[in-house]
Amino acid sequence: MAKSTYVYVSYIRTTPEKLWAALTIDTEFQKQYWFGNTCLSGWTAGSTWKMEGPDGTLMDAGEIVESDPPKRLVIRWTHQWKPELKEEGPSLCTMLLEQEGSAVKLSITHTIERENSKLITAVSGGWPKVISNLKSLIETGSIAVDVNKK
Amino acid sequence: MTEARDADLLFKALADSSRRKLLDLLNVHDGRTLNDLCEHLDMTRQGVTQHLAVLEEANLIGTVRRGREKLHFLNPVPLQEIYERWISKFEKPRLKALADLKRRLEKDHG
Repeated sequence: MAKSTYVYVSYIRTTPEKLWAALTIDTEFQKQYWFGNTCLSGWTAGSTWKMEGPDGTLMDAGEIVESDPPKRLVIRWTHQWKPELKEEGPSLCTMLLEQEGSAVKLSITHTIERENSKLITAVSGGWPKVISNLKSLIETGSIAVDVNKK
Repeated sequence: MTEARDADLLFKALADSSRRKLLDLLNVHDGRTLNDLCEHLDMTRQGVTQHLAVLEEANLIGTVRRGREKLHFLNPVPLQEIYERWISKFEKPRLKALADLKRRLEKDHG
């Protein structure tokens, strides 16, 4: 398979609508779980999309390929900040939200049409932290584990 | 499904050497089919399928369908949660020690 892929799955005890908002329009919430980063977009198919760092640095840019709230979001995603990652060109990030009992199964697939992608290696380290923070923040209201919580 | 049950499934899934070997194989090379994984284990196809089901239930692997094939990927998210729960606090002193060392060395250098 001449491409690099990563798949991340998390079960988050929330509703698809709340999770969708956390992934898209709720930028204040986003900053808390995405290390100060925010994603800006119109969130409909064809709209531009970008991710900015805490100081406004452009980290990634692209466009929304598919948007079916609160179920499926596909972003064409090109890294902007590091030259060696930018030159790899666009990757495709698919977010799938499925209700399963009292939780929502969030599956994130990040793919690029090249082998041994540096971008995919870079995101493979970042996504688990972001998703883990997101889950913790939605379920408990804080990103750090509170050991005193009963 | 409760948090306690999630943790039980996770540790039960990890408490088996064949299942850890499957995770190791996916760690080396992701996106493998059942046939590919069977080649590396001295076990029946049915046995491998059952272990993969336990790993999937514990959310340690994610799967993607490609035509008639099912591709398996290591899902590191629950392991990240273990790391944050028990290990990440030990990172802070180490990072502080490095920062202190850098500050001291650079001060001596200047």
